[in-house]
Amino acid sequence: MNKLINLDEAVGFIEDGMTVMIGGFLACGTPERLIDKLVEKGVKDLTLIANDTSFTDRGIGKLIVSKQFKKVIVSHIGTNKETGRQMTAGETEVVLVPQGTLAEQVRAGGMGLGGILTPTGLGTIVEEGKELITVDGKTFILEKPLRADVALIFGSIVDKKGNIAFKGTTRNFNPLMAMAADCVIVEAESLVEIGEIDPNHVVTPGVFVHHIVGGNL
Amino acid sequence: MSIQMDAKEIIARRVAKELKDGDLVNLGIGLPTMVANYIPEGVDLLFQSENGLIGLGPEPTAEQIDMSLTNAGGQPVTILPGGCFFDSAMSFGIIRGGHVNATVLGALEVDQHGNLANWMVPGKMVPGMGGAMDLVTGAKKVIISMQHTAKGESKIMKNCTLPLTAAAQVNLIITEMAVMEVTPEGLKVLELGPGVTKETLIENTHADLIFADDLKEMVL
Repeated sequence: MNKLINLDEAVGFIEDGMTVMIGGFLACGTPERLIDKLVEKGVKDLTLIANDTSFTDRGIGKLIVSKQFKKVIVSHIGTNKETGRQMTAGETEVVLVPQGTLAEQVRAGGMGLGGILTPTGLGTIVEEGKELITVDGKTFILEKPLRADVALIFGSIVDKKGNIAFKGTTRNFNPLMAMAADCVIVEAESLVEIGEIDPNHVVTPGVFVHHIVGGNL
Repeated sequence: MSIQMDAKEIIARRVAKELKDGDLVNLGIGLPTMVANYIPEGVDLLFQSENGLIGLGPEPTAEQIDMSLTNAGGQPVTILPGGCFFDSAMSFGIIRGGHVNATVLGALEVDQHGNLANWMVPGKMVPGMGGAMDLVTGAKKVIISMQHTAKGESKIMKNCTLPLTAAAQVNLIITEMAVMEVTPEGLKVLELGPGVTKETLIENTHADLIFADDLKEMVL
């Protein structure tokens, strides 16, 4: 099965109003070319699930500046002033989630779990409106799983079956998001032939990846 | 101390003495990052960056900069031999699961019950909590390192007024004026900073203080 597509075909999977996960941590390990193409396509009213909204001129931040989200679910917006401005002006709904909780919600979405129980956020505004569950005398917040229509992820080395190896700190949310969306598209920094990645070094199995962009495609 | 030190250096030097050989430590941005400069000789620490690595090394040279290797502030960093990378779920499993021995964070407010507020000022500044809520909830020891006052007002309160980062999770507060431990009895002053008296500390602190029987002067 050929998973290779070009950037135009890739963003063709994203329509107005969809929920999109985008990998990366402050623009490290983020699918920059897919983001640029998404800005060019101009789809709108998207819901974003990501770690942060990056910087105004890098990564996910560019989609904030071009006002393509109606809602963002992230752990941090402090490095992108435009997100804060849109939030204050009521233009974009911002849901702030503790980073570890967000990672677990995405993981739960991909792992077929009904949610996770975490102590993070107890006694803070994070617990408001959520179910508290006591297990063996300890109280936890029930946080529900998150899934997306499309996940746009990054891979440092990707083979043509979609197996992914990561360099440095590019891994972050990418392996989690690879499991939590109906359509998963990886942007390969380096696209290699099948067999070129040692199976021992594969972090994200290719079975999760539907489409690959990379190289000159 | 014969040479005058600024408040931040006093704080960073004193926090460094809290960290034990072999500890896995997560330092917040700003003043807490300075702690790494004052680790006593013979104390071998591992530093975690919550975006996915253990083994943070020294700042990269211009030739070493690799934007695939960054810290939780998005800045390029290096990794020491023996270090490792992991995804965000693993990173926060390390944090929430109690595998981090100590975290050092700043605060907007901290109170005598160990409550911490450091992630938002409603209507003014809402950067988001990032990893702070998980760190404060999960780390075995939570050390707040900050200047004692902001614009002349105590940052140490009877009760926090800002939205909390976590309830009753702070263990130790280290400022240029004192080392204070959150105990079931209340906020206990263990050490006074250079030149600080009980009276000046009380004057500058909006919380009830208990002075330890063996109250000491901070050794830096």
